[in-house]
Amino acid sequence: MLRIRRFEEAVMDIVRKGQGIAGAVHICVGQEATIVGSCLALRDDDFMVGYHRSHGHPIAKGAQLRPLMAELMGRRTGVCRGKGGSMHLADFRVGSLGETAIVGAGIPQAVGAAYGARLRGTDQVALCFFGDGAANIGSFHEGLNLASLWSAGVVFVCENNRYAMSTALADTMAAGSVAERAASYQMPGTIVDGQDVISVFEAVSMAVERARAGEGPTLIEAHTYRYRDHAEYGNLKLSHRPEDEVEEWRRRDPISVFSAQLLASGVAEEELREIEEQVAAEVADAVAFAKASPAPDPDELFDDLWATPLEVH
Amino acid sequence: MPTMSYRDAIRQAMLEEMRRDPAVVVFCEDARFWTMPTHGFVDEFGPERVPIMPISEEGFTGAAIGAAMTGLRPIVDYTIANLMYVAWDQIVNHAAKNRYLFGGQASVPIVFRAAMKYANATAAQHSDRPYPQLMNVPGLKIVVPSNPADALGLLKSAIRDDDPVVYFEPLRLWGTKGEVPEGEHLVPLGKAAICREGTDVTVVAIGDAVPAALKAAEVLSGEGVDLEVVDPRTLVPLDKATILDSVAKTGRLVIADPAHKTCGAAAEVAAIVAEEGFASLRAPIVRVVAPDVHPPFSPALEALMYPSPARVIAAVQSVAPAELMAR
Repeated sequence: MLRIRRFEEAVMDIVRKGQGIAGAVHICVGQEATIVGSCLALRDDDFMVGYHRSHGHPIAKGAQLRPLMAELMGRRTGVCRGKGGSMHLADFRVGSLGETAIVGAGIPQAVGAAYGARLRGTDQVALCFFGDGAANIGSFHEGLNLASLWSAGVVFVCENNRYAMSTALADTMAAGSVAERAASYQMPGTIVDGQDVISVFEAVSMAVERARAGEGPTLIEAHTYRYRDHAEYGNLKLSHRPEDEVEEWRRRDPISVFSAQLLASGVAEEELREIEEQVAAEVADAVAFAKASPAPDPDELFDDLWATPLEVH
Repeated sequence: MPTMSYRDAIRQAMLEEMRRDPAVVVFCEDARFWTMPTHGFVDEFGPERVPIMPISEEGFTGAAIGAAMTGLRPIVDYTIANLMYVAWDQIVNHAAKNRYLFGGQASVPIVFRAAMKYANATAAQHSDRPYPQLMNVPGLKIVVPSNPADALGLLKSAIRDDDPVVYFEPLRLWGTKGEVPEGEHLVPLGKAAICREGTDVTVVAIGDAVPAALKAAEVLSGEGVDLEVVDPRTLVPLDKATILDSVAKTGRLVIADPAHKTCGAAAEVAAIVAEEGFASLRAPIVRVVAPDVHPPFSPALEALMYPSPARVIAAVQSVAPAELMAR
C-alpha cells in the first residue's frame, strides 16, 4: 500500500512540475487497501485485469516499479515500451493482463482468461477490477452472465469510489448496490470495507478459493474513495462532491488503519519506519531510472503492431 | 480434386484446425443450427470448446480476447456481419490494439468470421460489407475469399496466424461449388491470385465480384477484349505488387467491389495505383462498387447495388483501347 501511495505521489509531483508525464493520469490514492487486499489473495500465476485508474494494480501484483514509471514517462524502457502509458499498464510476467481505457471492457476479457485457464487444464484464477461506473455498462452484465453460465474462475472486484468521473453513483444506478446485481447472475455478491486491507483480503480469498475449486464467480463491492479528482488536470474541479467528504474519508485512510493494526499487534514502530525508507528509496530509484531512460526511437513506431508481420511489397 | 461448397470449405477448415490444435475454440450463437458450418461441432468437440452462446456479441468477443491473450485461438462467428457492430469496441479498441498498447507482450490470435448477407433481401441492418471500416484500423488482418479452395486455405492460415484476422464471407457464395486440393491446403495471407490472365484491362475484384468479373471476361473475350482478373483475397495486408504488375502490363484498371464507394477497398486500390503506378495508366481508373446508399429491402432496388457482369462489362468498355472496341 505504501509502495503504491509513494509511487502515485511521485507521479503527481512529476505531473505538477511538468517533468515528463504527458496526457491524463488517474490517481488511485485512497484505494490502496482494496487493490492490495485483492491482489494478495492471488497466486503469482493468477491473472489480473485493471482499468483506467490502475497504476497501483500491477504494483500489487508484483510488477517492478522502474518499467512502470518509465512507461508513464513514455520511455522505451517502459513496461509497454512507451506504447500504452497510464491507462494501459500491463506486465504479463506477473499475470497483469493489461488495463483498458474503455469502462467495463476488461470484464468479459477476464472471464475469457478464466475460461481459457480451465480449458488449458490449469487452475489459474482471473481477478478483474473495475469502478462503480462500469456497473452500468453492458459489458458488465454480459460478462457476469457468461461467467456464471461457464462457472468461470473469475473474481469481480468493484472499486466503488462513489464517482464515475464527475457523476455520483447514486444518481446513475437503478439498484441499491453493485453487489446486489450479483443475484441476477446467480453468484454471491458481497460488500466489504475497502479501506481495511484485511477485510478485503479475507473476502477476496474466499472468492478466489471458490473460483479455483471450479465453483464459479463472485462479485465483491469494495467501498472505497479516491482522494484525488478524476484525473490530474491542474486545478480543474471535475467531480461534484462535497468539500468535507474527502476529509471524512481521509480519517479512515487505509495505510493509517493498517499501520495502527500492525502497531497494536506488536510490530515495532522502527520496523514501519524502515519500510517507509525502503519504499521511498525504491520509488526514487524508479523515478531516476525513468528520467534517465531514452524516448523510443522513431523506428520503433511500427514495432509490435503485428505478431506476425507479413512481407508485402 | 474433390469438389466442395464454399460453406463446406469453411466447415472443413475449422474441423481440420480444431482436430489439429486443442487451443482452437469456437464462439458462435446457434452453433448447433443445421445451416451453420459449425453444425455437429458441439457433439465432436464438446460444449467446453464450443460453448452454447447467449446473444452477447460484446461479451463473447471480450471473452475471446481474454482467452486469446492467455493461450487459446478462438474463432468468433458473428453469423451476420452487421452483428459485429455490437462488438465494435472489443474488436477495434481491444483485439486490434492490445498487442501494440502492451508493447508486444500480448498476442491476440482470433479469427472473426463474418458472413455478409447482402443481395438476399434482408435490408440494411443485415446486408453490410463492413471490411472497409476495419481496413481503417491498424492491427487487423482482413480476408475476403471468393471461392471454396481459398475459403478453406485462407481460413486455415487465419486460424494459425498470431494476429486477429477478420474473415468476410459473401453469403451468396456459400452454395457455390469448386475444386479443392487434396490433403492439407493452406493459402498464405497477403497474396493475391490472378484468376484469369489477360493483356488489355486489369479488373481487381473483391469477394463475389470475382465471379462477376470472370463472367464479364468470358463475354468480352468473344468481343476481342482480354481481361486480367486479380483477386486480392487479403485486403490487409494488401498484395500491392501483384496489382501494380498487372496494371503495368495492361495500363487499364477497373475495380469491382460490393462495398460502398467512399473510403472503400476500391478507393484504396485506386489510390495505390494512382500513387505508385501512375506511369502505367493509359486510361482513368474506374470503380464498379455499391453506391453510397443503404441496401434497400426491395429486390428490385437491391439489384442495382452490387457489381454484376453487365456493370463490369460497361466499365471495361469505357476504358478499353479504342482499337479493340472498334472491332
